[in-house]
Amino acid sequence: MKIDRRCFLSLVIGGAAGTALTPLPWKLTDDSSIWSQNWPWTPVVAKGETFYETSACPLCPGGCGIFIRMVDDRTIKIEGQAGHPVNDGGVCVLGLSGLQLLYSPTRVTGPMKRIGNRGSGKWEPISWDDAIGEVVAKLSDLRANAQPQKVGCISGGRYGTIPELFKRLMAAYGSPNTMTVPSLQDSLQLTMKIMHGSDAVFGYDLENADFILSFGSGLIEGWGSPVRMFRANSGWKENGIEIVQIEPRLSNTAAKSDQWIAIKPGTEAALAMGIMHIMISEGLYDRNFIEQYTSGFSGWKSLVMEDYTPDKVAAITGVPAAGIQKLAKRFSGASRPLALCGRGQGDEPLALKEAMAIHALNALTGNLNQPGGVWAVPKPDYIEWPDIEMDDVSENGLAARRIDGAGSGKYSLASSLLNRLPDAENDYALEALLICNANPNYTMANARAFQEKIGKIPFVVSFSSYMDETAMHADLILPNHCYLERYEDLPVTAGMARPLIGLARPIVEPLFDTMNVGDVLIRIAQELGGSVADAFPWDSYEACLEETLGDKWEILNEEGFWMDEDFEAAVWEDAFATESGKFEFGNASLDLSPGFNGLTPEGDETSYPLVLIPFDSMRLSNNAVTNPPFVMKTVEDTVLKGNFGLVEVNPETASSLGLSEGSIAQLKTPKGETRVKIHLYHGVMPGVVAMPKGLGHRTKDTFTAGKGSNINELMGPVEDQASGLNVAWGIRAKLAKA
Amino acid sequence: MKEAQMHNETKKYGMVIDLDKCTGCGACMVACMAENNVPFRDDETDKLLSVAWMRVFKMTNGKAFPDTDICYIPRPCMHCEGHLGHSPCVSVCPATATDYDNLTGIVSQIYTRCFGCRYCMAACPYHARVFNWWDPVWPAGMEKTLNPDVSVRMRGVVEKCSFCFHRYQRAMETAHYEDRTELEEDEYQTSCTQACPAGAITFGDLNNPDHAVNQLVKPDNSHGGKPKNPNAFRLLERLGTNPKVYYLSSREWVRNAGDNYVKNEKASAGH
Repeated sequence: MKIDRRCFLSLVIGGAAGTALTPLPWKLTDDSSIWSQNWPWTPVVAKGETFYETSACPLCPGGCGIFIRMVDDRTIKIEGQAGHPVNDGGVCVLGLSGLQLLYSPTRVTGPMKRIGNRGSGKWEPISWDDAIGEVVAKLSDLRANAQPQKVGCISGGRYGTIPELFKRLMAAYGSPNTMTVPSLQDSLQLTMKIMHGSDAVFGYDLENADFILSFGSGLIEGWGSPVRMFRANSGWKENGIEIVQIEPRLSNTAAKSDQWIAIKPGTEAALAMGIMHIMISEGLYDRNFIEQYTSGFSGWKSLVMEDYTPDKVAAITGVPAAGIQKLAKRFSGASRPLALCGRGQGDEPLALKEAMAIHALNALTGNLNQPGGVWAVPKPDYIEWPDIEMDDVSENGLAARRIDGAGSGKYSLASSLLNRLPDAENDYALEALLICNANPNYTMANARAFQEKIGKIPFVVSFSSYMDETAMHADLILPNHCYLERYEDLPVTAGMARPLIGLARPIVEPLFDTMNVGDVLIRIAQELGGSVADAFPWDSYEACLEETLGDKWEILNEEGFWMDEDFEAAVWEDAFATESGKFEFGNASLDLSPGFNGLTPEGDETSYPLVLIPFDSMRLSNNAVTNPPFVMKTVEDTVLKGNFGLVEVNPETASSLGLSEGSIAQLKTPKGETRVKIHLYHGVMPGVVAMPKGLGHRTKDTFTAGKGSNINELMGPVEDQASGLNVAWGIRAKLAKA
Repeated sequence: MKEAQMHNETKKYGMVIDLDKCTGCGACMVACMAENNVPFRDDETDKLLSVAWMRVFKMTNGKAFPDTDICYIPRPCMHCEGHLGHSPCVSVCPATATDYDNLTGIVSQIYTRCFGCRYCMAACPYHARVFNWWDPVWPAGMEKTLNPDVSVRMRGVVEKCSFCFHRYQRAMETAHYEDRTELEEDEYQTSCTQACPAGAITFGDLNNPDHAVNQLVKPDNSHGGKPKNPNAFRLLERLGTNPKVYYLSSREWVRNAGDNYVKNEKASAGH
């Protein structure tokens, strides 16, 4: 049969019409959609018995208690611990995402040894015995050559048994080079030391204050203990407590405060001095406290009267003299006013004079160790280990000058200056570096210089659970358990008004071939032998912890926290351990008194007409913890868009540069440059560029790597003369259309 | 009258969010994601594609420096009652995949019924609904953190906030075991309410004068639940969607922004 055109067409059209009349195509469409929706990789989650475990969250210094909802042996969700003195059921984005850290694709699955070039990502799994053996071999070597000072250690934590074990290992071994990650705590502790003469930490009775004057502190952006701050803030709102926020950018804290004072960046201390000028000249201070319990007031007073007149301060800060006057009246007129310091989350130290100035403001109102005031809270003091018996090698090693210079010469006040590591000069160089709970290659200002410096140290050991920027450039990784797999005591010092300890507990069996860093340290010490081994008499970290915590161990295991309920700050008669026995407004021998340094940011104004300042957000972790996927998901598209980080620029500044919303621009500072997108924001002062912290990771995971830029690669350190700490609050910058 | 009586016997779960206390921290979003098995992808910066039941938006008063002000506004599903349960999405769903529950006032979403036409997304004036363009994928092992109380959604369906309905079911189960038919206020709370570190979210039965939500906003049930508290407002009040999420703010510009979505538009006389 011949098929002609007519026949062909009728077959095709007839066939199509016929098929359309049958249910076949509809049935197929239906079936295929049902089939594709039942693809097996949409999991059906198994049911099981639900119960809760208690632990503590170590992801920031805040010290929240957490409940972990379990279904059989699975961890389902982290919730805030109801009834906990810090968070009472509340919890932050990072804490909530903790399970994604447990199952993070960046977990280091076992001890690893580098086989390629530094940072090439080529690793070879090795056994724990070999890994510990390598560390012991290197350390024994240096000790055999009587050079123990050539071993350095960077520890993220400050208190608790893990940082103390590191300190103890270093001391017994004979190295003075234990460095901690700097923060506001460093400045506050020096302030406490100088003005109170004590080793206490700052506590704030926030809940009972009735006027809050914040010098740029991100009260609801992660400052202090974040969840406690949220709760305090809500309490202030309920009780109509006034909050005044002083900073150049309308942060969330500024927006939620009753008054936002937009100040020229970096001049907060001058404003504090101006306020005190008015308080002193008008007699608006606590005469009883100043006359009876302080020393050095009259000498310092004349300096305040001369250098910080309202007009001078107005010129420095850009805050009109009348405004300063009003603020001074409101502050001194409140019955329990509280001045707070530390920019943003308080990750960066403050110039010592500035921290002292803001503390002096609290002293003028007599609001020290009083309800609603600043409390001197003793440092965590539960760790009482026997003294180390040193051999000669250790004693000689410890006598060496620290690699970062802290504790000697012009840095005599400082106990650790990690910021100075890249340009530290000494008669010896570090041969080995141990890094725990820290990611300096990402978090330190001038991050690239850190990477370079650490890259030159021949033997770098990381204890990180995750393949972070610093671990990536290590020689050996001895991965710690994730916090949900291990014990760790977590003393809380982030501004709590009472001594408090939390306990992180192992909730799940370790997923990988990891080991608690405490156990690793004990093994290293014991294998080093001699006096080092003698300083570590424990069988395991858990035994050490149980013994150290004594009668608190049981309470901590049951409740998850221990608090000294009865603690009361010392009365003024007994509060000050300075030479005069009084609160001191300065230290003549150190030539230090509360004041304004006027530290200028790095860079010259002609090449870099703008000022770049960092800002903190609860929705981005900027410390050693890399953002889990859930946290990244909360980041607004005005902060991150695709792989572009956005910087905030005032529309006025942007238009003068020919930039508009979403334009791509090159951001350059004396320390580096990067490509960014522009977000127009009226809330940022003209001439200022604000950039979020916590982006631009150089890790390999798909959720955070290469997204936005790391502001720490653009920032440079500015050294505080008094303390040697990096107190840079910004850097000069240039923005050009790209 | 008869209708009103009927209604008072049933629950009307609603939420009050205090924007003066809300810090914009985003904990509600993550608490929701973790509770409800919300998926995530490598890039979540295209917010039109990003699946989130609870989203915190940032509003600004639009004034120049230094008179600028911002405010965060968390937006779950509003669980609109409309008129007698005719919420915008329920009215348009051809598959009865979303329905108004008269016992609780919760607008449901039944994933296995949804065939992804997205009419509801177009109808929702609050952009509270999102479509799954992809099957969810979790990094190896992370699927062990999924909540068995909430089904995992597949590609091709719409999802939205359920007021953690599974928590209501659990609480009711416990109550039934204990021979009770009524729940205490704190027995049923949503995940975001529980997590909010600022205590800005309050959840409960709007019909129950003993519940905090009722006391906070004083809903006027004879006028579609309009709040009597002058600081309280609902989003797009004039559309008559009768939402069950109320906001509190002491700032006038914030309250005005809640019902102002076209610039220079003349105030409407309706509703």
